[in-house]
Amino acid sequence: MIEVVVNGERRTVPVDATLLDLLDVLRLDPRVVVVEHNRQIVRRTELERARLAPGDAIELVHFVGGG
Amino acid sequence: MTNTLTAELARDVPFTIGGHTFQSRLFVGTGKYRSHDEMVRAIDASGAEVVTVAVRRVPLDRSRDDGILHYLDPKRYFLLANTAGCYSAEDAIRYARLAREAGFNDFVKLEVIGDQETLLPDVAGLLEATRVLVRDGFKVLAYTNEDLVTALRLQEAGAAAVMPLASPIGSGLGLLNPFSVRTIKSRLTVPVVVDAGVGTASDACLTMEQGVDGILMNTALAAARDPVAMAHAMRLAVEAGRAAFLAGRMPRREVAVPSSPIEGMLD
Repeated sequence: MIEVVVNGERRTVPVDATLLDLLDVLRLDPRVVVVEHNRQIVRRTELERARLAPGDAIELVHFVGGG
Repeated sequence: MTNTLTAELARDVPFTIGGHTFQSRLFVGTGKYRSHDEMVRAIDASGAEVVTVAVRRVPLDRSRDDGILHYLDPKRYFLLANTAGCYSAEDAIRYARLAREAGFNDFVKLEVIGDQETLLPDVAGLLEATRVLVRDGFKVLAYTNEDLVTALRLQEAGAAAVMPLASPIGSGLGLLNPFSVRTIKSRLTVPVVVDAGVGTASDACLTMEQGVDGILMNTALAAARDPVAMAHAMRLAVEAGRAAFLAGRMPRREVAVPSSPIEGMLD
């Protein structure tokens, strides 16, 4: 297992896990979440190719109510 | 006859920003409602097409899912993402790019806040972020203060619309400086949409009477005792203010002028 930081929280994921795997573990729908990986936006189609490395910072965002 | 007349009176120029034509001049926010159900009903009553949304972290514990797309149909509404809460050009650019990646449109309501107390914009950061985002293909709607020169610079920087405030965000103080807003509208060629500060229907009407292209409001609806009823009132107020502007008001006079004939009075 390796440790990454997701939305500011430490999480452990299997070695070789991809961003799509991470979303799957978190039960998040890739269609309504935008993913930033070490400050780089990752396209939906690239999620299954992006592998996580120890210490990576991942931000998962969506739209909420706002003015 | 009446219908024809109404259609004639309602005739207006199309309201277009960045090549996209909008049906309603009232834009509404989606924050701070007491419930999602109330928000949905208020937005429906407002007749708005453009609704603003914010970009925030997804809660990782699935117990609280606050995603707005569960409640608003993106086919029915034009989702205008904001960069609320950003205090630097860099942050605002980051949020704008994340919002665009959601895949709905390339519009952004750009906010670069400069002061926590008043939520007034940091105009240097706003100009910088506008330039970068315009270069990056965004249609930038820039939230700014009522300063004409800043508005002109934003237009030069490529903003698709300029959004001067009526009064500070969430204050409900109404249109504090009609002169400045009118001046901005008269000098800019891009659309001017007043954003923030409207508290009640008369504020919205007075704002539209200045000739601006539209209004964006959130708290005025969300914090009303009855948001759905207030949304209805705001819809009418925006239409009334726009119609009055198009009609052209009478000149102000500081003396009375009788409305009835002065001839024909009895001896």
